Amino acid sequence: MSNIQHGDVVLDIRGLTVSVKGRKILSGLDLTVRAGEVHAIMGPNGAGKSTLSQVLAGRADYEILAGTATYLGEDLLALPPEERARRGLFLGFQYPVEIPGVNNVYLLKAALNARRKQIGLEEVDAFEFLAIVRDKMKLMQMDESFLKRGVNEGFSGGEKKRNEILQMTVLEPTLAILDETDSGLDIDALKVVSNGVNSLRSPARAVVLVTHYQRLLDHIVPDFVHVLAGGRILKSGDRGLALELERRGYDWVLEEANAA
Amino acid sequence: MSSTPQDLEDLVGQKYQHGFVTDIDSDTLPPGVDEDVVRVISRKKGEPAFLLDWRLKAFRHWQTMTEPHWAQLHYKPIDYQSISYYSAPKSKKDGPKSLADVDPKLLETYDKLGVPLHERARLAGVAVDAVFDSVSVATTFKERLSEAGVIFCPFSEAVKNHPALLEQYLGTVVPPGDNFYAALNSAVFTDGSFVYIPKGVRCPMELSTYFRINAANTGQFERTLIIADEGSHVSYLEGCTAPMRDENQLHAAVVELIALDDANIKYSTVQNWYPGDENGVGGIYNFVTKRGECRGRNSRISWTQVETGSAITWKYPSCVLSGEGSVGEFYSVAVANHMQQADTGTKMIHIGRNTRSTIVSKGISAGRAQNTYRGLVKILPSADGARNYTQCDSLLMGDRCGAHTFPYVEVRNPGATVEHEATTSRIGEDQLFYLMQRGLSQEDAVNLIVNGFCKSVFKELPMEFAVEAQNLLAVSLEGSVG
Repeated sequence: MSNIQHGDVVLDIRGLTVSVKGRKILSGLDLTVRAGEVHAIMGPNGAGKSTLSQVLAGRADYEILAGTATYLGEDLLALPPEERARRGLFLGFQYPVEIPGVNNVYLLKAALNARRKQIGLEEVDAFEFLAIVRDKMKLMQMDESFLKRGVNEGFSGGEKKRNEILQMTVLEPTLAILDETDSGLDIDALKVVSNGVNSLRSPARAVVLVTHYQRLLDHIVPDFVHVLAGGRILKSGDRGLALELERRGYDWVLEEANAA
Repeated sequence: MSSTPQDLEDLVGQKYQHGFVTDIDSDTLPPGVDEDVVRVISRKKGEPAFLLDWRLKAFRHWQTMTEPHWAQLHYKPIDYQSISYYSAPKSKKDGPKSLADVDPKLLETYDKLGVPLHERARLAGVAVDAVFDSVSVATTFKERLSEAGVIFCPFSEAVKNHPALLEQYLGTVVPPGDNFYAALNSAVFTDGSFVYIPKGVRCPMELSTYFRINAANTGQFERTLIIADEGSHVSYLEGCTAPMRDENQLHAAVVELIALDDANIKYSTVQNWYPGDENGVGGIYNFVTKRGECRGRNSRISWTQVETGSAITWKYPSCVLSGEGSVGEFYSVAVANHMQQADTGTKMIHIGRNTRSTIVSKGISAGRAQNTYRGLVKILPSADGARNYTQCDSLLMGDRCGAHTFPYVEVRNPGATVEHEATTSRIGEDQLFYLMQRGLSQEDAVNLIVNGFCKSVFKELPMEFAVEAQNLLAVSLEGSVG
C-alpha cells in the first residue's frame, strides 16, 4: 500500500442510492476522496451520515439500489466487510460493541495480522506486537491494564472511543472513516482522540470524519467540508463552511439546494 | 420384588431360556436383559460373590423403576430388551471395514481437528488391530504411576486385584438404586476405570482415559471409581476431542469420586460422541450419573466439562459436600447444534459446615437445538456458613434454537449464602460486523465471540485440553451463523 501517492483517488462514490427496509436513505450521493486529504461530513440528524459509513464498511442490512463506490480502483461494494478492512478501510464506530471475554490485545493482534497478511507482510510475533501497541497506547494515554480487559467490556463512552482510535493507529489504515468519534467526549478526551487521528495524517492516507459538531474540526482541521442532507452531498467547501454551519444551522443549505 | 424377575423372564424368556448359558464363550449376548444376563456378565468377568449380589440387587431395583421424564428432552422410547448387554471385545462386525467406508463428514472433522492418521481408524470404529504409538507411552506411564503407588487400571482388573477397596467404596456415592440409569449401569456395567491415590500422594501426571488402551471400547455401560485418600491430589481427563463413533446408541455411565480429608480431585471431560446427522438421526443417547463426595474435611472436587456431542445429553455431575470446609466446583460448557438436545447441570449438596460451591455454566445453542441448564443447590440444616455462587449464561445463535434454565435452590440453614446470576444473549450482528470490520473472517469472528463467552470455563481445563476444546467448539459450531 506504500505505493499510494498524495493526490491518488482513494475513494470514489458515484450516484450511490441506498435503502433500509424499503426506506431510501441515500439518493445519488457523489464523493471523491484523495490520498492526503481529510474530509468532514456534516449534516442534520437522519441525513444518512451513519448509513454512508456503514455501507462503505460493508454492513449487510442495506440495499444498494444504484451507484458505485470504487476503493483504490476496486469495486468496494462487491467486497465482503473483512476484505475491505484488510485492504485498509477502517471504520471507527459510533457505538462500539462489547465483546465479553475477548481480550483487547487478542483482537488487536488478530486484526493487525489480517491486515499485514493482505499486504504481504509477515505476521508480527507477540514481542514486536507489544512494542507497537505500547507506543500507540502512550499516544492515546491509555493504561496497559486495558489490554487484558474484554473488548469494550465495561468501558465508559470515552474509553470506547479512545479504543477505536487506538485500533486505528495500530492498523494504520489507508482510509479511516470515523463515525461521530467526538460524541460523548469531554474536552481532554477530545484532544487525545484528535492527536491520535492527526498522528495518522499522511500523504498516503485519507480520513473521512462524520460529525455533528464543528468543535472536532478545531482539533482535526479538514481540507474539505461537505453537507449531507436528504441522502446526498448538497454543498461542499473548506473549513469556513463548517464555521458558517455552526453559525447559521443547516436550513439555508437546504433552501439553497431547493432553489437550485 | 422376588416375583418381578420372574415376570420379566416370562416376557423375554423365549429367547434366552436355553441359549445364553451355552453361549458363554461367544462374544456377544443376544439382545435383552434379565437376571441370568447379569449373572453371565459377572461370571465372564470372574467377579467375587459380593459383586454379583450387588449387581443383582441393582437389577431387581431397576425393574421396579421407570424411566425418568422430567428432563427437557424428547426422543422415541428406548427398548431396553433390544439392546445386547455384553460383547467382549465389542463386536465390530457391523462396523466399517476400512476408512473408505466411514462417513466422509467424520473424516473431514478429524482433518479439521488435526487427528493423526493412525488414530482415525480407531476412533471411527474401523475393525483393524489398531496398535498405535501410545502403547509404549502407556507402559512408561504405568511405571511412573506404580512408583508413586497410584492405582490406575481398568475396572475389571481392579475387581481381581483390589476387591477390598472396591467393596469398601463401590456404590457409596451413587447407590445402585440411585436412579433408573445408574441402577441399570450397576446391574450390567462391563468395564471402566479405577483410580486409587494413596495418602499424601500428588499424582505425578494427569490421568487420561486416552492412554488406558487396554480398556478401549467399553463405552456403553462404563463404571468409573476414583478414590483420593487423605491429602492426595489427582487430575483426571476423560474423553477425547475427536468425535467417537459407536454402534451403541444408549450410553449410561456412572462415575463416582471420593475425596477424603484434604484430598483434591479434578475431573475434566470433553464429550464429543456422535451427535447424529443434521436431522438428528443416529446420534448417541447419553444418560450419565456423575457424582463426587467430599467425604473428608477441607477436601475439594472440581468438575469441568465441555459437552459438544451426543443427540441426547442427560448429565448432572454433582458434589456431596459432607466434610467440613469442603469445596465443590462445576464448570461447564454445553454446546447443542442442529437437532441436539442437552439437559445438563449439577447438584451441590451442602451437608458439612462452611462448605462452599461454585457453579459456572455456559450453554450455547445453535441450529434447532434445545439446551437446558438444570441445577440444584441444597443447603441442609447442618451446613452452617455454607456458601454457593452460581452463574449461568446462555448464548443463542440463530432464531430456531432454545435455551432454558431451571435453577433449584433449597436452603434449610438461615446462615447460608446463595447467589445466582443468569444471562441469555444472542450472538449479535453488531458483534460480528465489528470483528469483521477489523479484518476477521465470519468464522473467526464467531469463534472469538464463543471462546470469549466460554473463557471462565476453559481456563479451568488443563492447558492442552483447553486448546483442543477451543478447536472443537469451532468445528461444532461451523456454519451456524449466516
